[in-house]
Amino acid sequence: MSSITRWSAVAVLVACVVSVPAPVLAKTDIQWWHALQLVLGERVNEIAAKFNASQNEYEVKPIFKGSYPETLNAAIAAYRAKQPPHIVQVYEVGTQTMLSSGAVYPVFQLMKDNKLVIDWNDIIPPVKTYYSTGGNLYSMAFNSSTPILYYNKDLFKKAGLADKPPATWDEVEAMAKKIVAAGGKCGASAAWPSWTLVENMHTWHDQPFADHNNGFDGLATTLRINGNLGVKSMEMLARGVKEGWFTYNGRLNKAEANMAAGECGIFLSSSAFMGNLARQAEGKFTWGTGFLPRLAGFPQGNSIIGGATLWVMKGAKPEEYRGVAQFFKYLASTENQAWWAGVTGYLPLTNAAVKAMESSGIYEKNPNLKTAVSQMNSGKTTPNSQGIRLGNYPSIRDAIEEQMENIFSGNKTAKQGLDDAVAKASDILKEFAALYK
Amino acid sequence: MKRTVFRNPWLPYALVAPQVAITVVFFFWPALDSLRLSLYRASPFGDRLIFVGLRNFERLFNDGAYLRSVFTSFVFAFFVTFVGLAVALLLASLANAKIRGLAVYRSLLLWPYGIAPAVAGIIWLFIFHPSAGVLPYVLSFVTSYQFNWFLKGWVALALVIAAAIWKQFGYNLAFYLAGLQAIPGSVLEAASVDGAGPVRRFFAISFPLLSPVTFFLFTLNMTFAFFDTFGIIHAVTQGGPGDATSLLVYKAWKDGFEGLQLGLSAAQSVILMLLVITLTAFQFRYAEKKVTY
Repeated sequence: MSSITRWSAVAVLVACVVSVPAPVLAKTDIQWWHALQLVLGERVNEIAAKFNASQNEYEVKPIFKGSYPETLNAAIAAYRAKQPPHIVQVYEVGTQTMLSSGAVYPVFQLMKDNKLVIDWNDIIPPVKTYYSTGGNLYSMAFNSSTPILYYNKDLFKKAGLADKPPATWDEVEAMAKKIVAAGGKCGASAAWPSWTLVENMHTWHDQPFADHNNGFDGLATTLRINGNLGVKSMEMLARGVKEGWFTYNGRLNKAEANMAAGECGIFLSSSAFMGNLARQAEGKFTWGTGFLPRLAGFPQGNSIIGGATLWVMKGAKPEEYRGVAQFFKYLASTENQAWWAGVTGYLPLTNAAVKAMESSGIYEKNPNLKTAVSQMNSGKTTPNSQGIRLGNYPSIRDAIEEQMENIFSGNKTAKQGLDDAVAKASDILKEFAALYK
Repeated sequence: MKRTVFRNPWLPYALVAPQVAITVVFFFWPALDSLRLSLYRASPFGDRLIFVGLRNFERLFNDGAYLRSVFTSFVFAFFVTFVGLAVALLLASLANAKIRGLAVYRSLLLWPYGIAPAVAGIIWLFIFHPSAGVLPYVLSFVTSYQFNWFLKGWVALALVIAAAIWKQFGYNLAFYLAGLQAIPGSVLEAASVDGAGPVRRFFAISFPLLSPVTFFLFTLNMTFAFFDTFGIIHAVTQGGPGDATSLLVYKAWKDGFEGLQLGLSAAQSVILMLLVITLTAFQFRYAEKKVTY
C-alpha cells in the first residue's frame, strides 16, 4: 500500500469515528437526566415514550444518572464542560442552589418565549408556593410528595388496637407501646429523619424552621429548630428510643426496608413510598395510611413537599428549547398528571388532575392515594409552612441528621444536639451567603 | 548495574512518555487543581470563584467535627493496618504448613480481595444489619445485647474496621505467603536442630526475614485505610451514627459532592494528600532502616 492510500485510509477511519452519524429521522434529541429508579424509573421511561409517540419532531431521551446528588453533580460537571443536558431533575433541597446558579433557563420564561401556555394558577398551592420565586415557577414541577403516616394493620390487630391510624403523638406513643408489648420489633419509626421529624414537624405545627420566612424572603442565615417545638419533639423521640417504642432505622430512606418487611407498626415516610410498599407487602400484611400526627399545644400548619422538579439548563439551541417546552406542556396535561399520580403515589400537580382522579373512581378503589392530598388540603399554608429554601440544604440536612443520631443515642440532650445543628447550619449558610452576596 | 544504551537518544523518552503523560493528566493535574481550588470559595456551577486565602483551612481546623474526623481516621487506619497485618501473618503462617487440602484453603483465603469495597460493605451490611441481619438475629437468642450500630458509634466503627480488614485480608495474605515461601528451608531446619520451637523459629527467623514484605504492606494498608475505604463507609454507615465513622476521605466527598462546598472539599483533599505524603515519607525514612532485605 502506498503511503498516500494508507494515510487516506486512516483519514477515512478517523472521519468515521469523529463524525456524528447522520440522523435517520430528522428528530431533535432532548436529553433528560433523572434520578428515579426501579418502578419510578420505569414510569419515567413510559411518559417519555408516550410523548415521543405523540409527535414526530422531538425525541426525549431519559437517562438515569444515579441518586439525586449524583444527578445534580453530573449536570454540574456537564454544564462546566459546556455539554449540559436540556432537562435535569433536581431534588427540592437543591432548589436554592439552582436558583442562584445562573445556569438555568426559568421555566415560566421558556414557556412564554415559546408561546405555549400552562395554567400555572391551576397548580396546587403547596407545590406552586414551594417552587415559585416572585410568583413565577423557575422549574417545572414534576414529582412532589409529602410525608404521611403508614400503619401495619396486622400488627395493630395483634396488639388489640382498632383499625385506625393515630392522630396525635400521644396516640402514637400509646399504640406503639402496645405493639411492642405484643411482641412487635418496632413500634414506630420514620424514614428521611430530618424531613419527616424535623422539617415537617415544624411546618405541620406552624413553627418557623429558618429565619427570613424559611428563606423565602431572602437568604436564610440561621435555623430556628432549637425552639420550644424542636426541643419538645426531639425529647419525646429520644425518650421513645430509650423506652423502646420508637426505633431509629438510619438516614435517607433506609428505614423503609423495616416497614416493608412488616416490622413496624407506625411509620412516617413519603407518600411516594406507597408504590414500593404495595408491591413488597402484597400477600404478607395489610396496611393503611393517615395524616401526620399532631403534637398537643401547637397550631395547625401544613406539611411541606419533597421530591424534585425539572430544571432547564442554559446553553441549548432555540429549536431544542421548543421541544422542551412542548414536552412540559405534555407533562402538565390533566390526563398525564392523573396517570402519573395514580401509578406513583406522587401528588397530582394540578387541581384539574385531582378532580379527574376523583371522578375516575381511583380514590375509592385505593383510598390511600388520597391521603397526601387530603392532608395538605386539611392544613393551613402560612409563611412557616409554604416550604423551606436554604442554600447548601443537603449539607444542612446532613448536619441535622448527625445530631439526631447523637440525641437518639443519648450522647447529647435534645437541646444540646439541636443547638449544635443550628450552629453548624449557620456556618454553612454564612458561606453560601458569602458566595452570592 | 548494566546500562542499556539506546541508539536513538529520543527513544527512551518516547517510551516513558505515555506513562508520564498519564501520571501528569490523571494525578498531577487534579492534585494541583485541588490545591488551587482549596484557596477559593467556589460556586457549584463555576460562575463564582472568590479568592479566600487560607479561610477554608481555617474553617476546617476550627470545626470540631473535622478534628474528630482526623482522630477517627487515625484510629481506623491504626486498627486496619496493625490488626489486619497481624491476622494475615498468623493465617499465612498456618497456611504455609504442610497440610492436606492446602490449595483449597489458600484459594479460599485469597477470595475476599476479589471483592470491590462497596460490595464488601453491602455483604457486611446484610450480615450485621441491626434488624434484618443474620448475626444480630442469632445473637438475640444467646444474649440480650442489642447489636445496634445504627445508634452505637463505637460498634459502627468496629464494624467498618472489621470489614476493611476482611476486604484487604486476601491481598496481605498473598504477600505473606509468598514471603514465607521465600525463606530458605535450610535456615529453619538448622534452627529446629538447635532446639527452637515453632514460635521461636517464627520470631527469630521468619518475622525478621519478612520485614521487607511487612514494610511494603504497612505502607500499602495505611494508604488503603486513608484513601480507599470510601465504598465501605458509603455502603454501611454513611459516616454515622453522629459522625462516628466519618473518615477524612468520606467527609471530603460528602462536603464536595452532596454539600457542593467545593473549596472546602478541596482543602480537605489537600490535607489528606499531605497526610499520606508525610506518612509515606516518614515510613521510608525511618522504618526502612529497620528492614532487612
